[in-house]
Amino acid sequence: MANYSTSEFKGGLKIMQDGEPCSIVENEMVKPGKGQAFNRVKIRKLISGKVVEKTFKSGESVEGADVIELELSYLYNDGEFWHFMNDETFEQVPADAKAVGEAEKWLVEQDLCTLTLWEGKPINVQPPNFVELEITETDPGLKGDTAGTGGKPATLITGAVVRVPLFVQIGEVIKVDTRSGEYVSRVQK
Amino acid sequence: MTTNWRPTADWSVLVKRAELMRQVRQFFYKRNVTEVDTHLLSQFGVTDCHLDNLTTEFKYPLPFGNKKLYLQTSPEYAMKRILAAYKQDIYQLSHVVRDDEVGRFHNPEFTLLEWYRVSYDDTQLITEVAELLTELCDAPETRVITYQQAFINYLNIDPLAEGAVAEIKQNLIKRPALSEWMSEETDKDTILQVAFSELIESQFPNDVPMCITEFPQSQAALAKIDKHDARVARRFEFYYRGVELANGYNELTDPAEQRVRFKKDNRWREKHGREAQPEDTHLLAAMEFGLPACSGVALGFDRLLMIVCRAKTIAQVLPFSIDSA
Repeated sequence: MANYSTSEFKGGLKIMQDGEPCSIVENEMVKPGKGQAFNRVKIRKLISGKVVEKTFKSGESVEGADVIELELSYLYNDGEFWHFMNDETFEQVPADAKAVGEAEKWLVEQDLCTLTLWEGKPINVQPPNFVELEITETDPGLKGDTAGTGGKPATLITGAVVRVPLFVQIGEVIKVDTRSGEYVSRVQK
Repeated sequence: MTTNWRPTADWSVLVKRAELMRQVRQFFYKRNVTEVDTHLLSQFGVTDCHLDNLTTEFKYPLPFGNKKLYLQTSPEYAMKRILAAYKQDIYQLSHVVRDDEVGRFHNPEFTLLEWYRVSYDDTQLITEVAELLTELCDAPETRVITYQQAFINYLNIDPLAEGAVAEIKQNLIKRPALSEWMSEETDKDTILQVAFSELIESQFPNDVPMCITEFPQSQAALAKIDKHDARVARRFEFYYRGVELANGYNELTDPAEQRVRFKKDNRWREKHGREAQPEDTHLLAAMEFGLPACSGVALGFDRLLMIVCRAKTIAQVLPFSIDSA
């Protein structure tokens, strides 16, 4: 993998740090008038998800990370792996529980997800920003909280639990924002 | 793809830019300081450890034989030749060019406001810089503290004491973001500069101009060494609203000492893989003739405009930043 000099640093660049592939979130070049220039960098570790700050002396170079992002559609879960497919090449990619993580509860068959691959292996799965899922369980909610303050919890077909308005019922399909885990609207079938 | 031909700065900023230039000229006109306009292309560059000139090749024969010309990183040497010859107060507002990276506060080509006051010491010039800030950007009174006091106030370490740099280095190593670099860093001044930028400057109040005086002699640049304390130089820097704004000196006038500093810079450059640069013989000859006792300061005009306009990046105050130049 190529090395990158600090002068090539920019948001989105993938580099290796502490043996882990990382993505640069922010890069600021600092140069005192009479002193050594350096780069204040914010880095997201792609496996742990941690964001750390690190200062590099300008002119240093760091190892690039062999990281690619692919848009793949979700196929199925075989109990151990979640399988995704490239719609153009039909190539299939299995991702393990560690890579899928929290995304598990938002996976809908045929939805396009963004997979991050490090040296060919998935390390992260990002669901679409909005998914549509059926409600399997929720309180009828006809009486009680009529002030409409907080709605009620509803369990979705994937096991995810979201707060929904009182009028939403079992069997209905709702649209959810996966970034916040919040209910957006009902979906007309 | 559409070509990005439009100016980077808004029209209102360009109007403010013109107004600020007029205010600068008015400020010096009232004080009887004469504007000069020296060359951008020179036979010599600078030896500064952390500055590089952009150079260009001239097509035609020049009297001095060399075809290589240096774009000036500041008008300092040329202005000092005028000072040596005429002993007058002078200022200049000019474009300068540095072979540097682009950043929030950095564009390779930018505008410097540089001025020299004959027979002023650095304290008098600091007062004048503070007045300029008040007059041009409504700044409150400048707070002046020594480099040593800044380290003591913000880090509780006396940077001039025996063994201080080792202690500062350990302090930096403890910070996760700096640990890796600082563990390997051996250059004393780089350690001090990083501590200054990351642990001290970052704690300055945002709304008060800060003037730091008496930098360590190893960071004297072209300032005189203090008569009473050889550990420090009569160099000062202004910081305001998170911006390093100006750098000034009670100017070194001794040509022998100037030669020593050129050589010291070049030794540092060679040790750190940067090409040594020819010494500016014009400047040395002018100093042999006699530079008057004077103080001078260089202030980033675009950064001053950033403060006036509350701009986040230097690109927002330039008609065209390097990205679209």
